[in-house]
Amino acid sequence: MSDAPDANGPDGDIAPDVAAVELDGVGKVFNPGRSNEVNALTGIDLRIAPGEFVTLIGPSGCGKSTLLRLIAALTDVTDGSVSVNGKTADRARLDRDYSMVFQRAGLFDWRNVSRNIELPLELMGWKAADRRQRSAEMLDLVKLSEFARHHPAELSGGMQQRVAIARAMSFDPKLLLMDEPFGALDEMTREHMQNELLRIWAETQTTVIFVTHSISEAVFLSTRVVVMSPRPGRISAIIDTDLGERSEATRDHPEYFANVTAVRNALRGDHAS
Amino acid sequence: MTAAKAVLRAWLPPVVAAAIMFGCWEALLAVLNPDGFVLPPPSRIVSALFGDFDTISTATGITGFIIVTGLIAGVAVGALAAVLVTAFRSAHETLTPLAVAVNAVPIIALAPIFNAWFGILSPRSNQAVVVVLVFFPVFINTTRGLGQVEPSQIELMESYGAGKWRIMSEVRIPNAMPYFFTALKLATSLAVIAAIVAEYFGGRQDALGNIITNSAGLTRYDDAWAAVLAGSLVGIGLYAIAVVLERLVMPWYFAARRAT
Repeated sequence: MSDAPDANGPDGDIAPDVAAVELDGVGKVFNPGRSNEVNALTGIDLRIAPGEFVTLIGPSGCGKSTLLRLIAALTDVTDGSVSVNGKTADRARLDRDYSMVFQRAGLFDWRNVSRNIELPLELMGWKAADRRQRSAEMLDLVKLSEFARHHPAELSGGMQQRVAIARAMSFDPKLLLMDEPFGALDEMTREHMQNELLRIWAETQTTVIFVTHSISEAVFLSTRVVVMSPRPGRISAIIDTDLGERSEATRDHPEYFANVTAVRNALRGDHAS
Repeated sequence: MTAAKAVLRAWLPPVVAAAIMFGCWEALLAVLNPDGFVLPPPSRIVSALFGDFDTISTATGITGFIIVTGLIAGVAVGALAAVLVTAFRSAHETLTPLAVAVNAVPIIALAPIFNAWFGILSPRSNQAVVVVLVFFPVFINTTRGLGQVEPSQIELMESYGAGKWRIMSEVRIPNAMPYFFTALKLATSLAVIAAIVAEYFGGRQDALGNIITNSAGLTRYDDAWAAVLAGSLVGIGLYAIAVVLERLVMPWYFAARRAT
């Protein structure tokens, strides 16, 4: 489709000096020039290195989901530029450089669990036998192997979301974009899913950009937390929260609490202004 | 519950209800209206059906052909129009108001006009009435099913680089299936009504609609009722086929409903 040089090496690895995501002066205005014009994002500069786990946090209306959609090329920027793995966002979308997980698992009722995971592989033209084998591997990764032939509606909310993650990871995307993926789950399931996600992230070395409005979730998961504030949506602070290898014990760690306080203060700071 | 018990549980209540209804009909007429002139008892309708079985079966074949061909054509055109309207905004803006306007026309009233177009004895005019009548519910329902997709499922497909037609085949069409089959079941009975009423105005003289009008005109109500019964059986048969097709085409839908 394109004769532009590929930023990836011959084996698909990304050169280490190419950012996974690079946002340069990004702004987004909805309905420009109309009475319902909304300045959703302004002056966003952010560079995310391969392998990072970056969380976007902020109150409703701060544009964190919009920012994720700009990176995914599901909506266009008004100002500035977005590059993903050194390409334009839309090129990266068509090259399937990233994969998305939404708050709703969004599994298709007309496909069983295994065939839901195979969907992106079908779109990429994989052979049936290869698809089936990869789907089995992914079900193993999310520990749902015995549910391969089950119907999505027969699974609990947490299990459905694990299938959605397996689907997203099925073609080894270099970047995983997650829009409040655990927002609809109960607290116990949510903590379990966070542990699972960290395990998968460690196993696959994927870059993750994660949108949430839970401070504890952001701090527990990420290497960096990007704090955003509304009207117009902008970055108000970036906090390093890398706690190294994390486990259940991390949730009781003093450094974890210190990071929670730091993120909370950053979020409060913009309420005061 | 065993399979035999499940079948019994599903079939016994309607069979019993029907038996009671026809039994009461038969018994009440025996007391209130022994000559059964205008409304004959079920036993006489059935014996009229078998008494002149050749005429009725030929008529059912002729009318049945009009019903089935008209139904298939109307459903196909309706479903195709729904896909076009969903895929192309410009088609939506031109076709939808046109379809609504056509639907507002009392379509049965067009039967005499179609007779003038296609010839009074031609089955074409009867088929045309069926097609036009069946089109609308299929078009409206299917369009709705194609459009009412969870937005994140569309975004998901776009994030995989899928184009409009791939989203149509993978997401919109499966999503529209329950809506389509609801319309199809509605369309089966509409097709029977449309064909028989259209035959009141023209078409072949040995078809069900003409047998009903001719027999009623000659006060041979038993024969008229026998033809009505034959039409009902065609309608019930088509409805049953639609139900079976629905189960075959989307087993996932019934599995999902069992699970929740």
